[in-house]
Amino acid sequence: MLASIKSNEFKYESQKLAMNYFRVAIVLFGAQLLMGLIAAIQFLYPSFLFEVFDFNVARMVHINALVVWMLYAMIGSVYMLLPDETGIEAVGIKLGKLAFWVLTAAVAVVVLVYIFVQVGPGNEATIWLINEGREYIEAPRWADIGIVVVVLVFYYNVFATYTKGNRTGIMTVLVADLFALAGLYLCGMFFTDNISMDQYWWWWVIHLWVEATWEVFVGSLAAYGLIKILGAKREIVEMWLWIEVLMLFGSGILGLGHHYFWIGTPEYWWEIGALFSALEPVPLVAMFVHVLYDWGKEQGHAEAGQQGHAVNNTPAMAWIAINAFGNFLGAGIWGFFHTLPQVNIYTHGTQFTAAHGHLAFFGAYATILIGMMYLGVQGAYGIKKMTMTFKTKMAIGLIVFGVLGMTVSLTVAGYEQVLVERADLGGGWDAYFIAQELPWYLQAQGWRLTMGLVTFTGFLFLVADLLTIGKTEAAKEEEVQAAAA
Amino acid sequence: MSGKKVSVWTSITFWRRSAAWVTGTATVLLMWLTFNTMGQIAMGSDEDLQNGVTKRIPAPTVINYKIDYKMDEKRGHEVPVIGEKQPFFGKEWSAEEAAELLRHGKLTQQAKNCMNCHTLLGNGAYYAPDLTKAWLDPKWNDGTMTGITGKDTVEEAMAEFLMHPSQYPTHERMMPDLGITREEAVALVAFLKHMSAIDTNGFPRNFSQSAKRLEGGTHAR
Repeated sequence: MLASIKSNEFKYESQKLAMNYFRVAIVLFGAQLLMGLIAAIQFLYPSFLFEVFDFNVARMVHINALVVWMLYAMIGSVYMLLPDETGIEAVGIKLGKLAFWVLTAAVAVVVLVYIFVQVGPGNEATIWLINEGREYIEAPRWADIGIVVVVLVFYYNVFATYTKGNRTGIMTVLVADLFALAGLYLCGMFFTDNISMDQYWWWWVIHLWVEATWEVFVGSLAAYGLIKILGAKREIVEMWLWIEVLMLFGSGILGLGHHYFWIGTPEYWWEIGALFSALEPVPLVAMFVHVLYDWGKEQGHAEAGQQGHAVNNTPAMAWIAINAFGNFLGAGIWGFFHTLPQVNIYTHGTQFTAAHGHLAFFGAYATILIGMMYLGVQGAYGIKKMTMTFKTKMAIGLIVFGVLGMTVSLTVAGYEQVLVERADLGGGWDAYFIAQELPWYLQAQGWRLTMGLVTFTGFLFLVADLLTIGKTEAAKEEEVQAAAA
Repeated sequence: MSGKKVSVWTSITFWRRSAAWVTGTATVLLMWLTFNTMGQIAMGSDEDLQNGVTKRIPAPTVINYKIDYKMDEKRGHEVPVIGEKQPFFGKEWSAEEAAELLRHGKLTQQAKNCMNCHTLLGNGAYYAPDLTKAWLDPKWNDGTMTGITGKDTVEEAMAEFLMHPSQYPTHERMMPDLGITREEAVALVAFLKHMSAIDTNGFPRNFSQSAKRLEGGTHAR
């Protein structure tokens, strides 16, 4: 992918900019995994980097790098599909390029401050300059404002291009979804001394991102991917997309209630949260069926020589298929496990949540964004039909196995915590540490670290593949053409 | 679909309109519920406390009262019970003082990044104990931590621990020294005491029983 700085057959500046977003995204993905490994080691060997690089710092960078690399890859994906969908160059692309460098400089400063300054005195200056201390959206206030400005530029690019070019169904969904996604960030940008009020609005950002607007975003990407990779029929894909929007927002918006069971908010959220969040897996089943059905159908058509073409980018298609399954399994099943209040009273705040978090973020988001990166590489080299290499298969195998392994390990750890710390002992300091020091828990943490290393090895294959597959596949295609001529 | 419409179920227009209506309805419902919740989770006033009016989130002056966590038979779970007056760091705090202290405590909680090891109201990281009812934890109230830190009261013991956590290790996994000053520590303890008085619908469940349950159990060891 880095080599595609040289090979760049994109017709549109927008798609060249997309590649820059992908490059930063993959670097931050690596940082996320490294920080995760440090934190996983600290669970087993608490003296590791104690009072040098403590768990809270590793964990903060771990989850922040996650959110930021995904946002980068999401923005990159939009710049990638924008000219394809609208048929024109992105409007105001020069401003968009400037925004990329501003955002990247800001992210670099924020990360360096996280790593070297870590924490500050308990006053407003810390909230403005060092970190806001609110999980996932720790970025200090100055960076919040910077992010808002950059996102406004990005949204201007998208909206202006949409109004000027073709207004496809996919673009209509994206334009509306990105508006909500950007607007929701504002809910996380104020200070209150009321912790319940704090968490109420904090969830508006976190939940309405990952269980509503991000999911719709993924639906749009999958729709685009199916048309691009399989030549699926636009009318059918877009009809499915609207059905998915209906079901995702219909369940996800009020599904927010499952975060309001225990934070000081009224009891009626039990019923509302339980009902709507129990419905949240339904659209994920629909998305799963949709992707696999289209895949099979288009493949069948192509093989029968009737219409379209078979998969023209097997790595991207593989990641999109893993997305369909991973989203359903990680977000749907692992989420449903502990979404009912009767269960959640015991699981809330245990490794159960971490298990769900790992598989859901990977299954629902990381997978399809990696798929988009492969589409980017294909475009950068002008490859007509890109196929998997050995490295692609190693990356897929190791990452999927590693993340599933971490999820199962953390589920076991969570189960033990629920039974011993919560159900048996009722929570509290001693109950917590008794549960943390039982062999069941420690073994689970050991497996989590092992599976984390497997995932990281897979990541190395992924980076190597993204860097080389374009050149290899382009050369292969040239050879075939030369032989035919 | 082009041409003659065969069925409404394959009409893009139908699904687009349905998506818009469902999303709109869900959004309006969420906003309506939010207005209701905002009223219920606004902080109570000092007068409420004096008159025995129960609020889900009590006034900052709740730090001047004894707080308990007891089973409520009618609601089917434990709820915080605000009792008689109790000095906090040896004095009674005025409404303004208590509000300022709580604000400083909440700022410090964010500035020291507590949430990336601990959970608060169950949200955060899972590397250290949940702090929702930390003020009521048997560990602070049964003489263990007051003994280790050599302090007479829970608030003094907590403040001392927060200032020098790695000097008082209880497990191999320790809390790091975060450079917390005396003022910040006092404010943090106020924040923790206030949080323990929040009505969390019974989370964590059976917390009031934990001292009894820890006694004599094998805990799978």
